Amino acid sequence: MSEVKLRAALKDGKCEVKALMTHPMETGRRKDKDGNLVPAHYIQTVELLHNGNLMMEAEWGGAISTNPFFSIALNNVAVGDTIEVRWVDNKGEKSSGTVKVK
Amino acid sequence: MKLQQQRRTFLKGTLAGGAVMAAAGLGLMPSRLALAAWPEAAFHATSLDDALTKVFGSSTLEASDKVVLKAPSIAENGAVVPITVNAEQLQNVESISIFSEKNPTPFVARFNLKPGCVADVSTRVKMGESGDVIAVVKADGKLYSARTNVKVTVGGCGG
Repeated sequence: MSEVKLRAALKDGKCEVKALMTHPMETGRRKDKDGNLVPAHYIQTVELLHNGNLMMEAEWGGAISTNPFFSIALNNVAVGDTIEVRWVDNKGEKSSGTVKVK
Repeated sequence: MKLQQQRRTFLKGTLAGGAVMAAAGLGLMPSRLALAAWPEAAFHATSLDDALTKVFGSSTLEASDKVVLKAPSIAENGAVVPITVNAEQLQNVESISIFSEKNPTPFVARFNLKPGCVADVSTRVKMGESGDVIAVVKADGKLYSARTNVKVTVGGCGG
């Protein structure tokens, strides 16, 4: 699994965090071209950390789009701080990404 | 004999412990992240009312203009519908949840926010067909909601 692509930039006193993940996000309802159901495979839990502190924890179902994106903003962030996003899917696969705030 | 028995038990214990540690080291053990209580029943609920009840314990929603839900009125591709929920006008926002009424399973996602987060979340969701998108914000233990209709011209659930 590839890394989470992350951007964190200060704007108007807030830190805007944008995260893009690479994941098929299969709902388990889609059929392939031979008519077989494609097994469910989607990210279930996403965490956002600021300097190691948990700031946001999300629970997702299969209805989040393929190659998921989310954005959120944080207060009290300074240049050089560390922002991390990590996820775990329904098969226990996981990935993460880290970025320094610019 | 007795001593040997004890030694055997001791060895068994140590070996089992070692295996657990090795598994944890190799990343075979579920992390704290995976152990978090993912609300399976809510995600499998097949009606909006049932999903709301499983997430919040009630399906009664109070509309509030303090929840600003942004979604396209027409989505050309149901597989990628951009949604933004802003609840900055509310104090102590605990979570932001998104539902798609007509999806086979309407509960899409919940973002649990800690103090320090700005209550402004964007993501992209799949919509099987035209219908309402509902945002529910929990703030100070109370629920606030907003809904908007999205017309989907190409469904997002494949098949």
